[in-house]
Amino acid sequence: MRFADINDSYRAVVIGGSAGSFQGITKILSNIPESFPLPIIMCLHRLKHVRNGFMEALSIKSVKPVIEPYDKEGIKKGKVYLAPANYHMYIELGHTFALSTESMVNNSRPSIDITLESSAYSYKQRLIGILLSGANKDGAIGMKTIKEKGGLTIVQDPAECLIDTMPTAALRITEIDYTLSIENIIKFLNELAKKYSN
Amino acid sequence: MQEIHIVDIRKLAETIKEKYNYDFTNYAMSSFKRRVSRILELYKFNNVESLIKKISESEAYFQEFLSEITVNVTEMFRDPSFWRVLRDKIIPNILLNHQKISIWHAGCSSGEEVYSMAILLKEMGILESSKIVATDIDPIIIEKAKKGVYPIKNMDLNDKNYLRVQGTEDFNKYYEEKNGYAYMDKSLVENVSFRIHDLVNGMVFSKFDIVMCRNVMIYFNQTLQNDVLKKLHESIFKYGYLAIGSKESLIWCEIANKFIVVNNEEKVYKKIKE
Repeated sequence: MRFADINDSYRAVVIGGSAGSFQGITKILSNIPESFPLPIIMCLHRLKHVRNGFMEALSIKSVKPVIEPYDKEGIKKGKVYLAPANYHMYIELGHTFALSTESMVNNSRPSIDITLESSAYSYKQRLIGILLSGANKDGAIGMKTIKEKGGLTIVQDPAECLIDTMPTAALRITEIDYTLSIENIIKFLNELAKKYSN
Repeated sequence: MQEIHIVDIRKLAETIKEKYNYDFTNYAMSSFKRRVSRILELYKFNNVESLIKKISESEAYFQEFLSEITVNVTEMFRDPSFWRVLRDKIIPNILLNHQKISIWHAGCSSGEEVYSMAILLKEMGILESSKIVATDIDPIIIEKAKKGVYPIKNMDLNDKNYLRVQGTEDFNKYYEEKNGYAYMDKSLVENVSFRIHDLVNGMVFSKFDIVMCRNVMIYFNQTLQNDVLKKLHESIFKYGYLAIGSKESLIWCEIANKFIVVNNEEKVYKKIKE
């Protein structure tokens, strides 16, 4: 698989996932280089009232620790972030996180649309959005916004998803750049990392 | 959802500041923008310009706007582990040195946190001797808090949280169910003083043993967080406590060194310097 758009202009990767995405996420986090240059910002649907355990479970598999950011924390290169339980996670223009307890969006808090849309406004064409397996349409509008702002969009191949509602919803409303298996998403991210090392 | 530009948001905030003396200029931008965008849809405004026009023409409409633009989503006993720490560690500690305890809910919204506190204090046998003040910027939401009437569908979550706090009673004894609503036991808040107060423009009005300001300052930018924290600091007795939301942090604030962390997991701070 060759990726035409790979270059070192990107400044962040944002990943959305829900039901059936845990395995894919852990595969990705365990197979990227430790020196992966960009921040990876993840918004994954999770139990609202279980604050602890999820970040730890992801950290065990990940090549670098997963961080649940505090409100107004700055986004740093090469770190892996996860939206905390029961908060929406926005990305502000100055590349800081802003959390919120506003109403659920698409029945979800954190909502993937909120994280994706606000990252798109903040990073514009310097953003890569990846949407994985999931059982509702949260994230579809976010992916559309990323595309409209000139960012690069990738969805997990619906054929491979445990539940394909989420990537399918995104594909329906946006011309997504790549539809990839988890294996190829990993290849993509490794290729991408190489562009930053020279 | 239509895109809103930051200049429009600034114009909106300026208009409100001039006309009504509420200051939204230092609210956290992304979430504020999203709520404005929702208001445009809700009231079918074509753009921010028409919203600004309506706000400047009608004070009644501004009151409605105020209720929509402030965030009023909350639950009883949010973060049960926090409430256990409060009951088992913080409050007993205060009672070592004080006969009575005073609490300020800064930004109490529809009152769920106030009722949670009243239930906690009642089960500790100290509700009657406690002084509680609950404030919010929004007059409509303060009325709601006073009434203590909540959709019955919310009570499921509240009940679950209460169980996790390990309260001593059946949760349903604290409310009556009528027509799909839960009517909270009025005696819980008999001694609570509900007041309108603006954290941003308002004055410091008293001092307390505990200030509860959980998930309120997340809607402010760092400049405003700094200013508000100064006021909260002034409103706490020396060696009193400040509780903020589990993913909020004081470390970016100028006067953070006037507090120490008592419980990092639950974000409870103690004021150690004037």
